[in-house]
Amino acid sequence: MTTITPSRPAARPGRGGFAHLLRAEWTKFRTVRGWVIAILVATLVTLLLGLFIGSHSHVAPCTDGPNGPACRYIIPTGPGGEAVTDTFYFVHRPLTADGSITARVTSLTEVTESGTTPQGGPAHTQPVLVPWSKAGLIVTAGAGQGSAYAAVMVTGGHGTRMQWNYTGDTPGLGKGAGEVGGVSAASPRWLRLSRAGDVITGYDSAGGTSWTKIGTVTLPGLAPAVQAGLFVTSPGSAKQTSQQITSASGTAAPTDATATFDRVTLHGGRPGSSWTGTSVNAGPDSPYPTGHEAGYRQAGGAFTVTGSGDIAPDVTGGVPIDVLLAGLFLALVAVLVAGAQFMTAEYRRGLIRVTLAASPRRGRALAAKAIVLGAVTFAAGLAGAAAAVLIGIPLLRASGNPVYPATALTEVRVIAGTAALAAVLAVLALAVGAILRHGAGAVTAAITAVILPYLLTAAIPVLPAGAADWVLRVTPAAGLAIRQVIPAYPQVAASYTPSSGYFPLAPWAGFAVTCAWAALALALAACFLRRRDA
Amino acid sequence: METTIEVAGLRKRFGPTLALGGMTFTVSPGQVTGFIGPNGAGKSTTMRVILGLDAPDAGHALAGGRPYASLRNPLTHVGALLDAAALQPSRTGRNHLLWLAHSQGLGARRVDEVIALAGLQTAARRKAGGFSLGMRQRLGIAAALLGDPPVLMLDEPFNGMDPEGIVWMRGFLAALAAEGRAVLVSSHLMSELQEVAGHLVIVGRGTVIADTSVADMIASASADRVTVRTSARWDAATVLSNAGATVADAEGGVLTVSGLAAERITALLGGSKVPFSEVTAHRATLEEAYMELTRDAVEFQSGGPSGLAGRAAS
Repeated sequence: MTTITPSRPAARPGRGGFAHLLRAEWTKFRTVRGWVIAILVATLVTLLLGLFIGSHSHVAPCTDGPNGPACRYIIPTGPGGEAVTDTFYFVHRPLTADGSITARVTSLTEVTESGTTPQGGPAHTQPVLVPWSKAGLIVTAGAGQGSAYAAVMVTGGHGTRMQWNYTGDTPGLGKGAGEVGGVSAASPRWLRLSRAGDVITGYDSAGGTSWTKIGTVTLPGLAPAVQAGLFVTSPGSAKQTSQQITSASGTAAPTDATATFDRVTLHGGRPGSSWTGTSVNAGPDSPYPTGHEAGYRQAGGAFTVTGSGDIAPDVTGGVPIDVLLAGLFLALVAVLVAGAQFMTAEYRRGLIRVTLAASPRRGRALAAKAIVLGAVTFAAGLAGAAAAVLIGIPLLRASGNPVYPATALTEVRVIAGTAALAAVLAVLALAVGAILRHGAGAVTAAITAVILPYLLTAAIPVLPAGAADWVLRVTPAAGLAIRQVIPAYPQVAASYTPSSGYFPLAPWAGFAVTCAWAALALALAACFLRRRDA
Repeated sequence: METTIEVAGLRKRFGPTLALGGMTFTVSPGQVTGFIGPNGAGKSTTMRVILGLDAPDAGHALAGGRPYASLRNPLTHVGALLDAAALQPSRTGRNHLLWLAHSQGLGARRVDEVIALAGLQTAARRKAGGFSLGMRQRLGIAAALLGDPPVLMLDEPFNGMDPEGIVWMRGFLAALAAEGRAVLVSSHLMSELQEVAGHLVIVGRGTVIADTSVADMIASASADRVTVRTSARWDAATVLSNAGATVADAEGGVLTVSGLAAERITALLGGSKVPFSEVTAHRATLEEAYMELTRDAVEFQSGGPSGLAGRAAS
């Protein structure tokens, strides 16, 4: 008797064989009505919920704005295309050439407004600390919404900073870390902005003699004639806890900040020009809460300026398009069931032996299955997500909602990313099915790993925010970040929690975590499939 | 050797149970080889090893001269029916064959051909979950024939078939063998393979008990046994015993005699004036021969698995 150590022969490269396997698995998939229906249901749920949300959302109802109807309100965008808040009061002069503006800030205080008098002013005011109230110097292309700008400022609670074009932010003296509390007559702050062409440099100083450069920024395409001046603004106090989709008009209490500037000098100003006060805002339709006391007084060399609002990226003011994909997690249930069943049905009645007899190279058989399932899910997801978003946006607008501006690239990322996420999760469910070889077990495991973290952190936020962040960093649900539209900005106070639509990881990083899970499960599945007797 | 199955020294354990204890045999083309043994003898395990589905602990199996796993489009080399129930119930019979055909680079035309061959034209577009076991067996045969393979391997294909189906299956298998294919058919009932198998591999306890042609097996099992019908049983038994035969008494005036040829018995009884009405050289049925061979190998008759397994493997 010959006894040979058993070993499976090494795989030889096959020509065309893999294409046959792909075709076979596609035939397998499309000939089981339940799987086709599950995928169609996933697509339809995504689409129909998108249409429903689009036509039934009333985030900023027409009759509910603080300054009148909010219908047709269009959120301004900055030079980079991102949504911005551009609301402040400033006292300015034209700057037509290279030059600089310097001033000393001796106070910054804030009050919160409540009630209204018959004359339209606030009935009561109360002192309050608003950490992101800002008072300082600005060089801006103009008073139009979303204009290019650079500014240096003192803040209510984040020290001296240089900011530009809404998203740029650099701390100044003390680097902002421990420097809480504002300026005062006893502890003033000197600020300076110098302009050379489209390059702006910001400085600050404690005594006005020794200056520290905070940063130099380029504002591409800045026209020769710009406005330079003193600005003050203060975001609504309730903004810090407002929800992403909650109407700011309904919850935020407006605040006013008042700052005192002296020792104001402007070099390069247009000869003969005088200081002008301008309230920059998005117009009466804006749902953004602002105070009523904006204005300035000039006494001797000192300016007292009061303003309300913010010059910053906007994270609260509109409906982000990802809400149109709120049906995703329902669709994912169908996708996970179909994905797991596509594999476990093979084991239920021993069909896997027929499959592996037809394709003895097991890794390839598994790969063909995963590719077909992934491709089918991606195509279905793409159709559902694209229809939900592209039809949903006009519906949102038609029902009076300001749509949070998203660049075309972001729209593509949200739509294709959602489809890709569904595909990767389907493959994950398939791999879990191959490992467990049991339909109900695999479906339960996949839903526990994907849907449950999402439900516990975002839909029904029972976990504390810190724990929720960790869950969304390490579980396969991390990939849901792929459809987050509104970025989180450190220089804007908001509730950056999963339940407000913010994921702890960047979109592609979260997606990569989900992919890593799918890859790990698939590798394990391949290993088991090769080792175990069929 | 291109169109054969070769199995050499296969050993496999499932935990404490010895499934294969050195299984060795070869299947020749042009005839139906019966793969016979009681349940648990290792027939299905051997077939799974041949198809690369189970890995043996030792030994090897070749299909068409190569390990199965190295075959390209393996269904064009070996067609197999392991388990007729291995179906997705919600898929139609035709679609079951279609995906299998696609996996081998074959098209829908071949699918319709094998549907006709297996006599499934009326049922093929119904969901396979509603098929009777007999129809599933036909579907399994159709699947095995998809690649028009020179080697066929069928595990218990008669299971669940009605008598008409069994007759059809026998004729079908014989025709496939007549085309020059190697056809290995397992069964635990010898009667199912009577008249169709030309060669027999009889197994028990994971090893081959007999590897023989049907004619040789019947001859060896019937060797020199003669039945004698006589009214004088005592006298006849005495005469024949004295001549060196072993005589067994059966009911109804029939003696079974071994150790003497029929002609010699006739002569002895005639010479001793013992009356007899019939002397017949006994021809065993295949079933009897099989029962005799596998008597020791039937699983549940043994005292314990280890004793017999040790003997079977020796």
